[in-house]
Amino acid sequence: MYAYDELDRTLINERVSEFRDQVKRRLSGELTEDEFKILRLQNGVYLQLHAYMFRVAIPYGTLSSKQLRRLAHVARRYDRGYGHFTTRQNIQFNWIKLAELPDALSDLAEVGIHAMQTSGNNMRNVTSDQWAGVAPGEIEDPRIWSELIRQHTTLHPEFSFLPRKFKIAITAAEHDRAAIKIHDIGLRLHKNADGETGFEVLVGGGLGRTPFIAKTIKPFVPGRDILSYIEAILRVYNQYGRRDNIYKARIKILVHELGIEKFAKEVEEEWKAMGDVGLTLDHAAIEEVRSRFSYPAYEKLPHMPDELKQAAHDPLFERWRKNSVSAHKVQGYSIVTLSLKPVGGPPGDATAEQMDAVADLADKYSFGEIRVGHEQNLALPHVAKRDLPLLFKALDRLGLATPNVNLVTDIIACPGLDYCSLANARSIPIAQELTRRFANHDTADLIGRLHINISGCINACGHHHVGHIGILGVEKNGEEFYQITIGGRADENAQLGTLIGPAVPYAEVADVIEDIVEAYLALRDRPEELFVDTVKRLGVEPIRERVYATR
Amino acid sequence: MPLVKQGRITTDPFVHVVDGAELPGDGAVLVSAERFLADPEALLRRAGKVGVIWPNNRNLGDLVPHLDRLASVALVFPTFRDGRAYSQARLLRERYGYDGELRATGQILRDQFVFMTRAGFDAFEVKKDADADAFVQTMKRYSVFYQPTGDGRVTALNRRMQLRHSESAGQ
Repeated sequence: MYAYDELDRTLINERVSEFRDQVKRRLSGELTEDEFKILRLQNGVYLQLHAYMFRVAIPYGTLSSKQLRRLAHVARRYDRGYGHFTTRQNIQFNWIKLAELPDALSDLAEVGIHAMQTSGNNMRNVTSDQWAGVAPGEIEDPRIWSELIRQHTTLHPEFSFLPRKFKIAITAAEHDRAAIKIHDIGLRLHKNADGETGFEVLVGGGLGRTPFIAKTIKPFVPGRDILSYIEAILRVYNQYGRRDNIYKARIKILVHELGIEKFAKEVEEEWKAMGDVGLTLDHAAIEEVRSRFSYPAYEKLPHMPDELKQAAHDPLFERWRKNSVSAHKVQGYSIVTLSLKPVGGPPGDATAEQMDAVADLADKYSFGEIRVGHEQNLALPHVAKRDLPLLFKALDRLGLATPNVNLVTDIIACPGLDYCSLANARSIPIAQELTRRFANHDTADLIGRLHINISGCINACGHHHVGHIGILGVEKNGEEFYQITIGGRADENAQLGTLIGPAVPYAEVADVIEDIVEAYLALRDRPEELFVDTVKRLGVEPIRERVYATR
Repeated sequence: MPLVKQGRITTDPFVHVVDGAELPGDGAVLVSAERFLADPEALLRRAGKVGVIWPNNRNLGDLVPHLDRLASVALVFPTFRDGRAYSQARLLRERYGYDGELRATGQILRDQFVFMTRAGFDAFEVKKDADADAFVQTMKRYSVFYQPTGDGRVTALNRRMQLRHSESAGQ
């Protein structure tokens, strides 16, 4: 965990006071709605279909039990008793009242949580691997760098009014769980030939109506230079990014229009011209931030404790363990993913009661720490293996042990037309229907790893382009239709999906998805060949033929 | 529109001269970039200070050779959501060493004062009287800053390291 000091706390409180003044001026009419809109967006407040929506940052996906309890409190006190975890390590509350927002922010500030820059045209919450610091084989804990960048990008005096939103993600593991290739800047921590730690820097990734996979702009930027290099990218973007058309304002369009070589050259020139502007991170500066991350005092535990051997006779436990429990870098410990995708439930939602209960379980079994991943699930990052059977029972009672992590019903979905003023179609009911169709866990196991991502409009908050199966809601003559793509992925081999056929009406989506899965099962080489690999091997055509033959 | 300088509402010594209008014989004038660049020498020869209003989409390269003879550079925020002039301001101050008046014009609300001051602005044509009145108060909103900029405010990281240093020195 990163421990806020007096300075971090002061800044958050100062931001809350500022926002309180802004809300007051809006309510008194001193600020027009147009003026206030930009100011509230800087603080995570959207106006949605039914009410204000409030988005709170969970930087690099790390929460303490105390912080999670406070989120539960906000859900209960200011909202309708639940929250929605998003694809960018945020939590959203959908029914908040404007006049109460400053109080909600103030309650959160007491535990070091804020909503700064969770929306608006600025640098958004810095995201990272939800297994940071515990994943085996990691270069080093990417949260040290995430926190350095979080601080640097918070209330930045030059880059708080960018052409468009700007998202940074960091990974330090071989397998990219942070989806860095669909970010404005993606950072991959690695070591160069001299053993020095630095970053491969990628730019221009993003989804929305013009999706791009990020391209490498520089294969190695030493860690000490990462802030100045990011500053150079942002300065080029701030000056030359398009501001005439909101749909062409993201950095991906600038990179595309200039070409990656020309863009890289512009950044390189700016970076060289900057000289020493106090952004170089010397060893002491990096260690200062590193020193404020605390790590659990792990015990020396056996690889295979008796408790685990005994529980292996329980098939329900075993199914859950095989699905939701992952290897930890410390022997005797595990990383446990908590599925927020129950059969028939809206993906990523958690009730205040669940949040409180997870906080208690984190205290009991995970050194008080919780993680949030971009797949809209939670994780307990430091669970002793001997505790797994008891943890399973507790999670099962809470409805948080659905053994579907990374399987067909572990669906990513945006709020869609049920909440969002931008949406063209519903997302949540499609996800709910699919979880019912594939409710049989044996079938889901048989299918294997398969990511379905659903967006209710072209803005792609549900990451449909990079779902193994992507579902995009569109509107046709006043009716909800859905375009379906296959073969997308968001990991280190990120790729955009390919359209499989004409859009289908709401009522047929689940049938088509079932047919796609059937086709895959018939076409796969062997049971271990994942859906996305079969699509890669065969292309879209054989699946299209089978699915659309009778349509 | 009130002008705020050194924290106070002051009378603007500069007259905005629109393109095509006749220049006053003396006194300080603010002119457009086009007008200035058309004949900089003629403008700089006249009695009275000269300031230039520089658009936010124009490269600073054409302005830089004249910086030491200008009394004011006015940068433009067509709307307050358009942040290009923040980069221009930092470049003028931190890269080109400009130390004359740096003026923010356009849609200027109190909510930008801290950002603008940190980017190097020291004069503000504020849109609303209430915001101009609140300048000093608003500048006190923040006491912690994460980024180093040319304004010299000490960053949080440096404060922490100084603290650590003095703690270890005291042991």
